[in-house]
Amino acid sequence: MIDITLVWAGIIALGVFIYVMLDGFDLGIGILFPFFPNEADRDVMMNTVAPVWDGNETWLVLGGAGLFAAFPVVYSAVLSALYLPLVLMLVGLIFRGVAFEIRAKATRTRHLWDLAFIAGSVLATFCQGVALGAYIQGIKVVGREFAGGGFDWLSAFSLFTGLGLVLTYAVLGCGWLIIKTQGELQRRMIVLMSPLTGLLLGAIAVVSVWTPLIEPAVAARWFSLPNFFWLAPVPLAVLGCAWGIRRALRQGRDYAPYFLALAIVALGYCGFLISIWPYLIPPAVTLWDAAAPASSQSFTLVGALIIIPVILAYTALGYWVFRGKVHADDAGYH
Amino acid sequence: MSTLTAVDLARIQFAFTVSFHIVFPAISIGLASFIAVLEGLWLKTGKPVYLDLCRFWSRVFAVAFGMGVVSGVVMSYQFGTNWSVFSNFAGSVTGPLLTYEVLTAFFLEAGFLGIMLFGWNKVSPRAHFGATLMVAIGTLISTFWILASNSWMQTPAGFDIVDGRVVPTDWWAVIFNPSFPYRLVHMTLSAFVVTALLVAATAAWHLLRQRRDAAIKTSFSMALGMLVILAPLQAFVGDLHGLNTLKHQPAKLAAIEGIWETEQGGTALNLFGIPNMKEERTDYALAIPHLGSLILTHSWDGEIRGLKEWPPEDRPNSLIVFWSFRIMVGLGLLMIALAGLFLLMRWRGRQFDSRLLQRFALWMGPSGFVALLAGWVTTEVGRQPWVVYGLLRTVDAASPVSYQQVSVSLLIFVIVYFLVFGTGIYYMLKLLRTGPVADEHTPDGEREPIGQTATYSGRRPLSGADDLIDEGAQQ
Ligand code: HDD
Ligand code: HEM
Ligand code: HEM
Repeated sequence: MIDITLVWAGIIALGVFIYVMLDGFDLGIGILFPFFPNEADRDVMMNTVAPVWDGNETWLVLGGAGLFAAFPVVYSAVLSALYLPLVLMLVGLIFRGVAFEIRAKATRTRHLWDLAFIAGSVLATFCQGVALGAYIQGIKVVGREFAGGGFDWLSAFSLFTGLGLVLTYAVLGCGWLIIKTQGELQRRMIVLMSPLTGLLLGAIAVVSVWTPLIEPAVAARWFSLPNFFWLAPVPLAVLGCAWGIRRALRQGRDYAPYFLALAIVALGYCGFLISIWPYLIPPAVTLWDAAAPASSQSFTLVGALIIIPVILAYTALGYWVFRGKVHADDAGYH
Repeated sequence: MSTLTAVDLARIQFAFTVSFHIVFPAISIGLASFIAVLEGLWLKTGKPVYLDLCRFWSRVFAVAFGMGVVSGVVMSYQFGTNWSVFSNFAGSVTGPLLTYEVLTAFFLEAGFLGIMLFGWNKVSPRAHFGATLMVAIGTLISTFWILASNSWMQTPAGFDIVDGRVVPTDWWAVIFNPSFPYRLVHMTLSAFVVTALLVAATAAWHLLRQRRDAAIKTSFSMALGMLVILAPLQAFVGDLHGLNTLKHQPAKLAAIEGIWETEQGGTALNLFGIPNMKEERTDYALAIPHLGSLILTHSWDGEIRGLKEWPPEDRPNSLIVFWSFRIMVGLGLLMIALAGLFLLMRWRGRQFDSRLLQRFALWMGPSGFVALLAGWVTTEVGRQPWVVYGLLRTVDAASPVSYQQVSVSLLIFVIVYFLVFGTGIYYMLKLLRTGPVADEHTPDGEREPIGQTATYSGRRPLSGADDLIDEGAQQ
């Protein structure tokens, strides 16, 4: 008998990862905008994602809806606990989403839409990071309801994870642009990639030390004896990837930096999952405590298992149609 | 003087954000199908006018769609942030329905939108048409799921209550709950009506300014032709919808009609009146005997239960729904009149010359939106005080977030929505004012075929008119 609850946790975890993988570079482009004030460069940067941004963002909606369907307790408690950061994240997404449609159509107000795109991307990312940090810290639940205060999410740690995510997405965005651009613009991306990766490593190190310090359960998981040997390769692999990025940049390879950066993110994400397992609302509610009725989970699972592969297929098709470098005078975008 | 509670603020916030949201999907749903039809006609006939129209309306569509997406993402999170008790209680039903919407509709729309908007030079015309069709179908699937969810909240079915929460037992009954078929058809027709009126008004505006090329004339005829079919159909479906409401939500219907007493031998219809919740009567009523029974039960003396049959705390606000309903129906009748005038003028061969018709069509442009919102207000306010009809009261459904938090978020949403969607709408109006740019920079007759790489008509074909858009603002 398979455990549907576990399958659902897997689907949501995968959905969140795909979201970070896709919307990460997408938001990252907005974060990198301030370093590239030239109009033509910005056009190119934006055009590399114009045909796909909506699909990327849909994974975020799937994450929310999947939680709602399979773990309504988590959906309602975590979302009310993170009320203000989530509202601000949505506001950020509004600004950048509308900027996609209107920036190309505006002339006099274009700089304002550039600003909306930058601010929206940074705000949305930062708030996602804050929400992540607050989630790791734990959310106070009594019964099925959030029982903490309106600003429980606010702490030095959550603000730091906010910054960390901004850095993460900037690295992903930079890697993506190395794939999609060429010439002078690409050269500047390559120059930027190394220091960004270094900063990211630093941030990861800080979070890795800080988390066990504030969460004894996490410390116990990582530093108790047999576990430690099993888990030790994770940080080593992160270093290996970082070294790989440096090498790939020197060799002028287009695809490797992005995918290695993605591997770093994936490792960090695995570390995060290991730390919270088996809780869905740390430190009290487990996967199974939070599960929706079986009739809801299985009804939705049938659809998910059939449809998600189809979605992956046509998403890939979309990326394939728009493959290759984007040129400054490309026809067909906006 | 009453003070607002956190729940009231959450209600205002939900109503505000969803009212903004629904306007954009209504345009997206209607325009996506319209664009698919135009593109299909172009592929079939090869007439350039269809391609020009297709590209022009695609641009309008892109703006509406973008705003629909971002305002929709807000909606999907709001159930958790603001209505956590509701989500806990009924998430086992609404969650799966929303997930199916994401899986079957949102991904489909988003996945093919890129090709539809930017893929003209990347794929063959037929493949492009396929992408457009997918987007159009996606918007309709989306309508299906979200209305299943909303209708279930209106007329719940197919579930048990275990440990104080809903456990679905029969998904077929959940989805095809009693009010769903009516609401689905009525709302889908609304989206098409909204779009037909928008297209007709745009064409009328240009006709009134003596722009009468093929593109303008074609859109005018197509849009009003649609209205001829849709407007009467909408009234017919609305009537059936009302019968369904009488059966399943009689208190809502009594409130809509401003009826307080259950009368024997036929109920009158209040044409006009001011329902007074405190005094339990409808002031200044202008009533026509028996007409109420006739319309609502289709019989001379059918019984309609008056609002006094329910205790005061179970009554929806009659003043609001009485009037929102009359606004919707009144506009619906005007739409039928517009369709009739078009038929008359067409029969006399004057459909492109009659200034009366053009002015009428122009003024009716926004009426679809107004009727759409009035309809939703009737449905939602008429459902009160319940959020899940008969099961969970709205006042009990809210999240434990504080008054301060909700007031801050409401304030932020109001400012951001007016700012962002306000400018978005402004750009959309500018686009409409520019109108379809005949032949997109290529001289007539010398159109180059599309789908054969970047030689097509200049640098950025899709944005031919875009770059000029806010030049007009300097006037
Ligand atoms: C009758 C139609 C209808 C109604 C009543 C609603 N929507 Fe909507 N929604 C659509 C029809 C639609 C659409 C046509 O499918 C949109 C418009 C633009 C788009 O991308 O899809 C959309 C977009 C859209 C998106 C963005 C999808 C994406 O990322 O591509 C979300 C998350 C929602 N909606 C969620 C909601 C919620 C939670 C609603 C209820 C409160 C709601 N919608 C009412
Ligand atoms: C799209 C057009 C819609 C409009 C204009 C609209 C309007 C409203 C309004 C005015 C209220 C407040 C009623 C009151 O407090 O008196 C409300 C409440 C609500 N509506 Fe809708 N609604 C729409 C669609 C939907 C849909 C599609 C859903 C569900 C999927 C939905 C779910 C709710 C919920 C959960 C509330 C809770 C708050 C409450 O009942 O006050 N609405 N809506
Ligand atoms: C002309 C005759 C019309 C009649 C008799 C009619 C009837 C109704 C009724 C009875 C309801 C309430 C359903 C409920 O109890 O929840 C309703 C809702 C609604 N109406 Fe109409 N209507 C008409 C025209 C229109 C028009 C022209 C539009 C928009 C273009 C429109 C848009 C809506 C919408 C969006 C709703 C809410 C969703 C729903 O419940 O279907 N209606 N209508």
